[in-house]
Amino acid sequence: MLKDEDRIFKNLYNDLGWNIESSIKRGEWSQTKEIILKGKDFIINELKASELRGRGGAGFPTGLKFSFAPKEVGQRPHYLVINADESEPGTCKDRDIIRFEPHKLIEGCLISSYAIGAKSCYIYIRGEYFREGERLQKAIDQAYEKNFLGKNACNSGWNLDIFIHYGAGAYICGEETALLESLEGNKGQPRLKPPFPALVGLYGCPTIVSNVETIAVIPTILKRGAKWFSSLGKPKNTGTKIFCISGNVNNPCNVEEEMGIPLKELVEKHAGGVVGGWSNLQAIIPGGSSMPLLPKNVCETITMDFDSLVKAKSGLGTAGIVVINKDQDIIRCMARIARFYKHESCGQCTPCREGCGWMWRMLERMADGDSTYKEIDLLHDVTKQIEGHTICAFGEGSSWPVQGLLRHFRKEIEKRSHDEPLIKKKSNVPYLIDQHLLEKDNA
Amino acid sequence: MSKKKISASQPDSFEFTNDNLKKVGSEIKKYPKKREASAVMALLYLAQNQNDNWIPLAAIKYIAKFLSMPYIKVYEVATFYSMFNLSPVGKYFVQVCTTTPCMIRGAKKITDICKKYISQNQNELSENKKCSWTEVECLGACVNAPMMQINQDYFEDLNENSTDKIINGLLKDEFPEPGSARNRKSNMPESGKTTLLNIKNA
Repeated sequence: MLKDEDRIFKNLYNDLGWNIESSIKRGEWSQTKEIILKGKDFIINELKASELRGRGGAGFPTGLKFSFAPKEVGQRPHYLVINADESEPGTCKDRDIIRFEPHKLIEGCLISSYAIGAKSCYIYIRGEYFREGERLQKAIDQAYEKNFLGKNACNSGWNLDIFIHYGAGAYICGEETALLESLEGNKGQPRLKPPFPALVGLYGCPTIVSNVETIAVIPTILKRGAKWFSSLGKPKNTGTKIFCISGNVNNPCNVEEEMGIPLKELVEKHAGGVVGGWSNLQAIIPGGSSMPLLPKNVCETITMDFDSLVKAKSGLGTAGIVVINKDQDIIRCMARIARFYKHESCGQCTPCREGCGWMWRMLERMADGDSTYKEIDLLHDVTKQIEGHTICAFGEGSSWPVQGLLRHFRKEIEKRSHDEPLIKKKSNVPYLIDQHLLEKDNA
Repeated sequence: MSKKKISASQPDSFEFTNDNLKKVGSEIKKYPKKREASAVMALLYLAQNQNDNWIPLAAIKYIAKFLSMPYIKVYEVATFYSMFNLSPVGKYFVQVCTTTPCMIRGAKKITDICKKYISQNQNELSENKKCSWTEVECLGACVNAPMMQINQDYFEDLNENSTDKIINGLLKDEFPEPGSARNRKSNMPESGKTTLLNIKNA
């Protein structure tokens, strides 16, 4: 188990106080000037050596991402944008960082902004986190008072201003290009890539978009050294991670642990075990709702890191672990996730806009036991037609959980399905997008 | 995309109060020159707060003029995001999270209580016109499920009794204490910490 002194977020439970005085006692805002004076190349190389991977879901190497920003600032200013639009079901880590460790984030913003040459930084926080945003603004004000931000921040010679921008309840704005659109005052619909934001981002200027947790761990990595960070976890999956364990466990909680910790240990040791005991476990979603679920036999041995979970045909995502025990109807649970995606699709690409609704309605029918065997293959076909045919990764995020259900719980669906009826009603009518509205029960 | 209902009865005009005009100035200042459109969401929030928690069409027109944006662009933004209410909601607006992590911990019981005391259907005012409720997607407090948001505050770790108390309090015009209904401390395991046992501010 990870030792307490190796944990980055020491105030994860707010035992020690969040304000600047307590944060300074914990080591925040120390050596900030020295780190900045070591130069951009030092910071980026150190991040590359630490093998830090982005904590927002995709796991892209952070050092590499920072190096994509143009070396010299030309006519167009550079921007750093922090993605605090945490809306993935099962995930609530950024909220705790903003509430209890805001100065880690702010210090990270300063160092990262310097590394990429940005003089303004926007923090895009979801609108529902109104109180958290207030807290963050207070922390930013405290940092300005001490001259840690603003002109000549920390006496390093670098100027930085941080602004908070509230979202308004759109899951899609967690996608980086949709977030930039929203920040520019448009509706949040993702942009085609390339060009990537690192070259053409906010207002057409070079922009780096990073998750809250990624930025918040950067100061500690630079202070304690890349070697320390990469000694934790597994090769290519280094460091620590905040895991959010929710669902049918006795003690749902957030906990910071080493990458590559066995899933069973997380659930049993920190979350007090599955309700009804480990034998009552049905499935676990390992990385927020977008990642395919894992059945019990896989959960026994799987370790929580990017590469192991990809091998198990799932993913670490945001590390939001949702435990589902045998008291729950697994098809109903997945139908609810499909409804979430139907609600949150931005409506830009047809396969996703229409397909998400199809998946939801078919899964509801399957849960009710109104589906036929044929429909199970049809559902799989629908997921395959969404995946990879959309501008952003929402298409994958919405179809993977359904594919996971079909992969591991096909028998459960088959049990409730039946053969095609011999006499079909209106069998020559193609399935319309809005057919559910024509059917009498729903009209 | 969420379904948006635009209120049938609309006020004729809308203008920011002087207090809000000051706030508008500081919001616009956050963004570079000629990028004032970025402040549109902040302005919509201000309009919503000023007008009993909903945005009339007059306010959308006003904001469009204010930021020299086409009306349709502001309308587009107001209808795209689910937190902008385009028809009246109660003074206490209850939003119950019903996405899977909350659902498996009993969010249905919470919505049943809302149905029983506030109104049979979502987005309808209660009899005394004080409250309305709606189901929303993940509010990002899954570890404290089931939970709901009332205006701007989170109410976590709910069960039938505590929800019953909160909702009946609201109907009597009393705003309850936000946070965990079981007095649980933040996101710590309820039976006690398993990590960070001997940590002090060094």
